[in-house]
Order: sequence, then C-alpha cells, then structure tokens
Amino acid sequence: MNALLRHKYATTAIIWALLLTVPAWLPVFGGYTALAGRVLVFGLAAMSFNLLLGFTGIMSFGHAAYFGLGAYGCGLFLKYVSASTPLAMLAGTLLGGIAGTLFGLLLVRRRGVYFAMVTIAFGQVCFYIAYKWDDFTGGYDGLRGFARAALDFGAFKIDIANNSTAFYFFILAVFGGAAVLQALLLKSPFGRSMLAIRENERRARFLGLPIEKHIWLSFSISCFFTALAGSLYALLNNFADPLGLNYIMSGNIVMITVMGGMRAFWGPLIGAVLFVALQDYVSSMTTNWMFFVGLTFVCVVLFFPRGLMGMFQKGART
Amino acid sequence: MTPKLEIRGATKAFGSLIAVSDVSMTVQSGELRAVIGPNGAGKTTYFNLITGFFPPTSGEILLDGQNINRVPAAGRVKLGMGRTFQITEIFPELTVRENARIAVETGQGYSLRFWLNAGDRKRIDDACDEVLEMARLTAKADRLVGELSHGDQRAAEIAMALALKPSLLLLDEPTAGMGDEETYQVTGLIRRLHRDSKYTIVLIEHDMRVVFHLADRISVLAEGKLLAEGTPEQIAANEVVQNAYLGKAE
Repeated sequence: MNALLRHKYATTAIIWALLLTVPAWLPVFGGYTALAGRVLVFGLAAMSFNLLLGFTGIMSFGHAAYFGLGAYGCGLFLKYVSASTPLAMLAGTLLGGIAGTLFGLLLVRRRGVYFAMVTIAFGQVCFYIAYKWDDFTGGYDGLRGFARAALDFGAFKIDIANNSTAFYFFILAVFGGAAVLQALLLKSPFGRSMLAIRENERRARFLGLPIEKHIWLSFSISCFFTALAGSLYALLNNFADPLGLNYIMSGNIVMITVMGGMRAFWGPLIGAVLFVALQDYVSSMTTNWMFFVGLTFVCVVLFFPRGLMGMFQKGART
Repeated sequence: MTPKLEIRGATKAFGSLIAVSDVSMTVQSGELRAVIGPNGAGKTTYFNLITGFFPPTSGEILLDGQNINRVPAAGRVKLGMGRTFQITEIFPELTVRENARIAVETGQGYSLRFWLNAGDRKRIDDACDEVLEMARLTAKADRLVGELSHGDQRAAEIAMALALKPSLLLLDEPTAGMGDEETYQVTGLIRRLHRDSKYTIVLIEHDMRVVFHLADRISVLAEGKLLAEGTPEQIAANEVVQNAYLGKAE
C-alpha cells in the first residue's frame, strides 16, 4: 500500500513538473505552446467526463454538449456582454453546468445503453440549435467576433491576449484548480459513494444510498467541469465551433479517456497528450488523420484495456 | 416483551404456485434463528418476504411490533434490518477498509458530504476499525476485497452490514459454496456476533451441520409449509423432520 501511495505521489509530482516547464521543453520536440494549452483543455474535459465514466461507472456519449455550451457561453458573453475573461468563463461554466444539471434530472432513471442514447440525443439538440441559429450563434460558421481579454488586477495586468506563455500558465492555473477540486471530490464521502455505485449498484442501494440522487449529482458536477474546459477552449481559439457540440466531439472525449486510462486520475490527461499529438503531427501529413487516431484507439483497447496509465500503474487505483 | 421479528401466517403465491404457505415465526431479541429446509422448500421466498424483496400475498410481517408489509427492501435496511446476500455483494475493486468506510458513511448519513472535519473523520475511522475488528479483518484492511478468499469476502460483507448498526441481522445462506475451512471461519464469526455482541440473527441455511451448532431455535420448512420448530435437540429428535428432510439429506 505504501509503495502504491509513493507511486501515486511520484506520478503526480512528475506530471506537475512537466506541466510547469512546458514552455522550456516543448519547442525542443517541435511543439508550440498553444498545443500544450489544447492538451490541457481536452485533458480537463476528459478528466471531468471520467468522473462519470471511470469513477461512477456511467457512460455518457453527449459530453460535447456541455463542452460546447461552455465555449458558446464564454464567447457570447465576451461578444455581447462584457470583455471580461473571468466573467465570460463563469458564464460558460454556468451555462453548460446548469444545462447538464437539468438534463441529468431526465437521465438518472436510465441505465447503460439507454442512458448513453439519451445523452447523445440531448447533445444533438444543442448542436442543431447552435448550427441553425445564424443570427445569434453564427450558425454553421461558428461564433466569431470575440477575443479573450487581458486579466486586469487593478495594480497589474496579465496579458493573456497576446502573450502565449502567459496564456498557457493561465490555462494551467485553471486546470490545476479544477484538478485539485476533482481530487478532493474523489477523496470525500461523496466521491466514495460514486465508486460504490460503479463497483456494485445493488450493494450500494442496499446500504441505503439514494442511487439516483448520487448519479444526478455526479453527472451535474461532471458537466460543470466539462463546461469550464469548454470555456477555456473558446478562449484558446477566440472562436466557438458548432462541431464542438457534435457527437463526434463527444466520441473524442470518450476516446481520449479510454486511451489514457479511465481508472487512473491522470489517465485522461495522458490520453489528451496522445490525441493532440496525433491530431497535430499526423494531420500535417494526411487529411485522414482520424484513421490513425482510431487505429491507436483500437490497439490501446485491445492490448492495454486499462489505458496507457493503466500500463504504468498495474494494480494502482484511486 | 415485543419480539424483534414476528411473522404471522405469511403466504406468498406466484399465480397458482404457493411458494410459502401460512408460515409463522417469532424471533426474540438476542435470538439466533435458523430457517432450514430442502431445496424448493420456499426458504428463499420466505427470506425475500422478510427482507422486503416483495410483499406477502397474505399475512403480516412485524418488526418491533410494527407492520412492515409495505416497506420496500431499502427502507427495511434503514429500519435496522442488516442483510447479506446468497451471492456475496461487495465492492470488489476497493479495499476492505474502503468497503467498510462506504457502509459507515452511508449508514451515518455522511455520503452526500464533500468534506469532513477532523471530528467526523475520527468518528468514521473508529466505526470502521470497530466493524473490521468484529469481522477479524483488521490485518487485511488494505487488501482489495475482490482478491480475498470466499470466507473473507463474506466476512467483509457482514462487516458492511454491521456498519449500518442493525438491530436484526439477516443472512442468506452465509456459507453457500464454501469449503470446510471457510465454513468454519464464517460460522465462528456468526457465533461471536451472537454470543459476544448479542446480535439478533435470522439465517437461512441449506447446510444442516452449520445450523445445529449455531442456532438457538430452528424453523424447518418443507414444500412451503412450516414443518416443525424447536431447539436443535428437538428438531434432531423430530420424526417428521427426519422423514421429510434428514432422511433425504446426504
């Protein structure tokens, strides 16, 4: 057990050390800082999704909806309300999170494939609204005409608008805060009740746990964090894409999570590294880059069913 | 004194099949009652009536003198009926301590909390230590439950039931599918819970040997009816039981 804990702390320390020094070492491998930002955004979305899949044992195929609503909420706020980056992120997070919480109410009595089907349906509803509402959301072309604004602390400003390194560290700070909250959540009694539902729903019910309420809360929390990631995505691109709401994006989130390892806390982040790297490098060589992502996904599922992180930490769990 | 559990003329029919017919039973506080019977005697149906898996077609089920006919299974757990299942129900990929902790936190109403203060944490830790000690699992607390032997898994399941501080413990074939050594371990645990910790226990059992050394009183079911009731000595000497059941047993 001690060896296991030491292993866990060592993994966490290495990951933070690498994340904090990205601007120093990424260019050596031919990367650029915005790429690392994208890894963090997809990583956060997948980690948030994994609260549901990996830790509550519930499959959602519609998490792009909350990711996309986060992005649109953030973009619309910047465009129509006020050029404040933190408030725009708050707006996006609330939009996606509240939508997820309300959808969740209708979802909790479904299980397995039915749950997944209904999540897809909700996701597609959001997609078509963004896709068709030209005047407000920009429709097919996506939402343009907004830009992230520098952080104004009164005494000093942090220019995340133009300085890409500053913006990376801004994303990292948000990511770090969310990761700490998620880790605390999983260590709390509520977090353990999520694991109980994953492990044996019948047993949990016979302990007197109100299963539906817990699944709903878990879904809601997962949606808020996913929407937060979505709002960062809008800032990253200064653009909100209707395809970010689409079921294909939902599929990407699932693939990232499963490739990285859904039983490991950091698994989805590792999955995001792989996904973004493949997307960036392979798409510069061929337009059929998704084929290679799919091939990698199949190989990982076949040969490392616990994902890439599962490979490194045999027997370790959260 | 009000009996802990009282069954009055319980009958359960599935269509034209009468699985349990007019069975009565009174279990006093502190008693260990075994319900035995050959395969198809209606033991499992009877157990399901007590645990609330379905309501009786007619008759009454009273817990502490209160009619609980219409209380569903999860509600009966909250009224103090702790139970284990014929096929062990645990959280396999969590440690023994985590299994116990989830039960303690749920039982004490902490499961919707996102943080704990030091006092809460200590209260939960102490309760976990206590049930793990009772189940003799302290040394294995940090092992994954799924990796343990059948006997230890059953002990862990019983520990989870104990964590809810039940006033009545219902065990569905606690030694089902176990070898001699594990059966001995589990019966030892049940005996300690009964003699030392004074739990009221009702257990359904197929294995006769287990029951004769454990129970205060035995109810024998056959073909859905109550065939006999009495102390182990009385049951062993009962000719009707011998003909209907013991004669057929291996």
